[in-house]
This record gives sequence, structure tokens and C-alpha cells, in this order.
Amino acid sequence: MSEYAVEAFNIVRTFSDGDVRALDGVSLQVPTGQVFGLLGPNGSGKTTMVRILATILSPTSGSATVAGFDVVKQSNQVRRHIGLAGQAATVDENLTGFENLRMIGLLNHLDKAYVVAKSRELLDDFGLSDAANRITKTYSGGMRRRLDLAAALVASPPILFLDEPTTGLDPQSRQDLWGIIERLVEGGTTVLLTTQYLDEADRLAKQLVVLDHGKIIAEGTSAQLKMQMGTTVLALSFNSTGDALRAQPLLADLSDKPANIEGSVFEMTVDNGPATTADALRRIDAAGITLSGLALREPSLDDVFLNLTGHKAEDALGEDPVGAGRQSKRKVRS
Amino acid sequence: MSTLPSPVSTHSSLRWAVSDVLTIARRNLLAIVRIPTALVFMIIQPIMFVILFRYVFGGSIKVPGGYVNYMIPGILVQTMIFGAVGTAIGLAEDLQKGLIERFRALPMARLAVLAGRTISDMFRNVIVLVIITGVGFAVGFRPHGGFIAYIQASLLMLVFAYCFSWGFAFIGLAAPNSEAAQAITFPIIFPLTFASSIFVLVAGMPGWLQPFAIHQPISQTADAVRGLMNGTAHGASTWVALGWAVGAILVLAPLAVNRYRKAA
Repeated sequence: MSEYAVEAFNIVRTFSDGDVRALDGVSLQVPTGQVFGLLGPNGSGKTTMVRILATILSPTSGSATVAGFDVVKQSNQVRRHIGLAGQAATVDENLTGFENLRMIGLLNHLDKAYVVAKSRELLDDFGLSDAANRITKTYSGGMRRRLDLAAALVASPPILFLDEPTTGLDPQSRQDLWGIIERLVEGGTTVLLTTQYLDEADRLAKQLVVLDHGKIIAEGTSAQLKMQMGTTVLALSFNSTGDALRAQPLLADLSDKPANIEGSVFEMTVDNGPATTADALRRIDAAGITLSGLALREPSLDDVFLNLTGHKAEDALGEDPVGAGRQSKRKVRS
Repeated sequence: MSTLPSPVSTHSSLRWAVSDVLTIARRNLLAIVRIPTALVFMIIQPIMFVILFRYVFGGSIKVPGGYVNYMIPGILVQTMIFGAVGTAIGLAEDLQKGLIERFRALPMARLAVLAGRTISDMFRNVIVLVIITGVGFAVGFRPHGGFIAYIQASLLMLVFAYCFSWGFAFIGLAAPNSEAAQAITFPIIFPLTFASSIFVLVAGMPGWLQPFAIHQPISQTADAVRGLMNGTAHGASTWVALGWAVGAILVLAPLAVNRYRKAA
């Protein structure tokens, strides 16, 4: 296979006669044999992008190839090379786990005996062999996701689209699924993964693009993105919003990343956690402000968005973004 | 992870299309086995109609040849048409749950999801037809048309319902959810089944309603089925009913397929 498993050029997709621009000129290149992450909040256009690449939806304009085939003109060839799992696809609740895999295998036009053997093997691999003959309605959320992924793998596709595969899963199930995805990539599969979770993208994806309002707002390796946004978030809780607002100017020059106040909590992305924390504590103490809590944490998707766009991920529908740089955004709740 | 090669079979595309239709139909039939309550409700409703019209209303309705023999063929036709509501609900549910998304990303025949659904629903109609025929005989239905004519009448009903079920497939794909799909079918089915010759003679209806009630497809089918089963004259109604069925599928199937292409 060529260097890129998936290439998309300037994809635009509008809904409701052009009123909604779900994708607004997205181009990307997914290198063969890696996990490529599509990161973004709800409504950013991730799922629309996956559906276009999986030939479920056609683009309003722009073009894309998957495994070298055009997603519009050669959709049937594309479908022979892809597997789709996650939000956009599902399993049949009235069939058993085995019957689901068998059905998908047959609809992929694979040999019957092969389908049966492959289904058994996948059920084994994914720890579902005990539940193979149970109706999937009785499966737990984690079991369903594993079966969903198994269904996408029956035809051993070289390219896999995983649309938010771990959203809503408990931590253990997430870890399990991550392990499965890592093993697939070791076996040579190319994975395009959409996620809202930075830790997931960080753990799995070599390269990332960040989508917001249907546009790519950042791309690179996860290390590059992290460098852009600092490595740690310092969160300081005060007794009141007033205290937080008083502390803010004292702390503003500790980082060149934007800071954020939410209620009585002040948050700032910093490059050097411990040293900056010590510095911050000294300044707050000197000003006679009392601190009620303190935490250093990994940056979340919110922080990425705050850094990249000046607005938080939940504001997807657009509160006026506060300018970038040192200016901070105040979100004070009464 | 296994690196077994995945052997793609080398059958012709037509054979694969047939195989896809059967795979989908089988999946739908398994659902009937897994949730038999749906079938039970499909059977209870016509049984209640049989009892209602045989023992409650039937005494006041006078038709030549006796009301039981008039009404049972009508209720059979009505039941077949009501069965098509299941086609709309089934497809709306598949769409709602995301199964159709998965199917659309597979290299399967485009038509198979719809053809598989309408065919499995026809099988379900066969089951219902057999049961309601039995119920009919139990309440005194005695057709005199003979066995062959009975089978012909049954096939006519099944074909008619199958052809019209493509319209219900379209509704299922166009509706926002399965509840809405069911709600949309009601105002279509209600006037067609009740302003018809299914339960009563059209001659008793007001003059303005009669032309519709006589010529609409469900009346024509009911007249043909009744004539065949009872061995009485049914004029051209068999051919008219078949004409309606063929016309319906020629118009409705492309509509439904087109909708399936766009459904998301």
C-alpha cells in the first residue's frame, strides 16, 4: 500500500441546505500503518468526517481517497478495504454475538467456512467466547464495544475507522480496548480514531489533527501539540471568586499560556509545574489571600482548546472568544 | 491478532446480491423468533377484528351469502396491509440504532437491506395468514371456491401486500424514528382499509364516497380475494388488483431505494 492510507483534500460538508457547515475545508493525510487521531469536542465534525471516508455520506465538495480509491466514484472498492466501529455503527441487539459477526462476514462476501472460523477466533481474542451465543441485548457496554470492533474486523480490513470507540466506557474497558487497538496496529492495520479525550489520543495516536467548528485548528504529533500547550495545568481553588480575581494579576506573568477562572478556581497551563507552583504560592501568600485547594494535573481537551482557540470545548456554539496570548477569559458563575 | 488471509468468494455479483438479501432476511426472521411478542400482537389484532365483526357488528350487517364468508377474506387483506406497518417500523429502528450505517459501509448490494426486509415481512405475513385462516374457519367461515382458488387468493394478497410494503419501507426510512414511522402510516392505512369493501358493501356508503371506495386498490384486492375464495364472480378485480400491485412496486421501490441511498 502507498504511503498514505487515507488522503482528504479540502472536504466541505453542509447540512440543511447549506445552513450548517459541519466540515469547512478539511484536508488530511493518514500515514499507512499508524493510529491517526481526530480530536475535537462534540459537534466539531469528527463523525461527519469519518462517515464521508467510510462512504456513508458524500462530501458537498472536495475529494478523498481511501486505500487509493475515491470515496465517491469507487465507493464499493473503498468498502472492501475498511472496517467501521464506534458511534456511527452498531451491532444487532436481537442477534447473538456470533450471529452478528457471521452476518457482517457474509455481507462482506467472504467464504462461509472462513466466516465461521474467523468469528470464533475474534470472539476468543476479545474475551467474548463465553457470551458468543447470548443475545447482544444482554451484553454490557464494554462487551458491546468489543463486539462492535470485532464486527469491523471480520473481513480483516487494512484500514479501520474508530469513531469515539471508548466514549461512555468504564476505565477498565477503555484500557482493554486500547490494548486491542495497539495490537491491531502492530499487525499492520491503519487506524483513524476520533476521540474527545486527550489521553486517548496521546496514548494511541502518532499524529493528530484537532477539529473545531469543522476546521482543523492544529495538527502534529501529540508531543508537538503538548509542547504548544504546556505540560501541566495548575489549578488553584480560592474561598471566593473575588479572591480568585484578586490573585489573577499576581500570577499572570508565570506562564505565557492563557489562564481561566471558573467560579472560585483559577487555572493556568504551565511548563514547569513544581517551580511555578512554588512561585505562585509565595505570591498568593504575600498578598494575604487564602488558598482552599491546589492541584497539578495533565492538560485536558478543554485546556487544548483554551490554548488553541481561546475558548473552551463546551463553548462549541460560540461565546465570543477572548483574544489569545496573555489575556484570560473570565467565566464567572454567580 | 490473526493474519489469516480473508478469502473473498468469487461468485458473480448477482449471486452475491441474492446472498445479501437472504442474509438480511434471515436476520430479520431471527428477530421475530427472539421477540415473539411482536408477532403475537400482529396476530391478536386481527383475531379481535374477527370476533368484533363476527359477533358484535356482524348481526346487523346483511350481505348475500352470509356475513362470515364476506368478512373473513376482507380481514385477511386488512391484516396483510397492517403487516406492512411492521416494515416501516423495522427499517426506522434499524436506522435509529445505527445498523443501516454499518450496512452502508459494507460492500454489500445496495438493495439488500430493503429487499431483505420486505421479504422477511412477507414470510411473517404467511404465518399470520395461516393463523387467521384457521381462526376464520373456527368462527364459521366456509368458502366454496375450492383449494386452488384459496391458494390463488392467498398469493394475490401476499403479492399485493409485498408490493405496497415498499411504500412503507420508504416511510420507515424517511421518518425520524420508529414511533413517528408508525404514526405516519396510520392516516394512510385507516381510510384505505375502512373506506373499502373490506367490512361492508360499498353500496351502503354515501354517493360521494362510493367512487373512491369502489376503485381504490384495497377494495379491488378484497373483492378479488373474496370472489376467488367463495367461488363467486369477481369480474376484473383480480387483474385490477395485480395491476395496482405492479404499479405500486414500480413507483414505490425506486422511491425507497433512492431514500435508502440518502438515509443517514
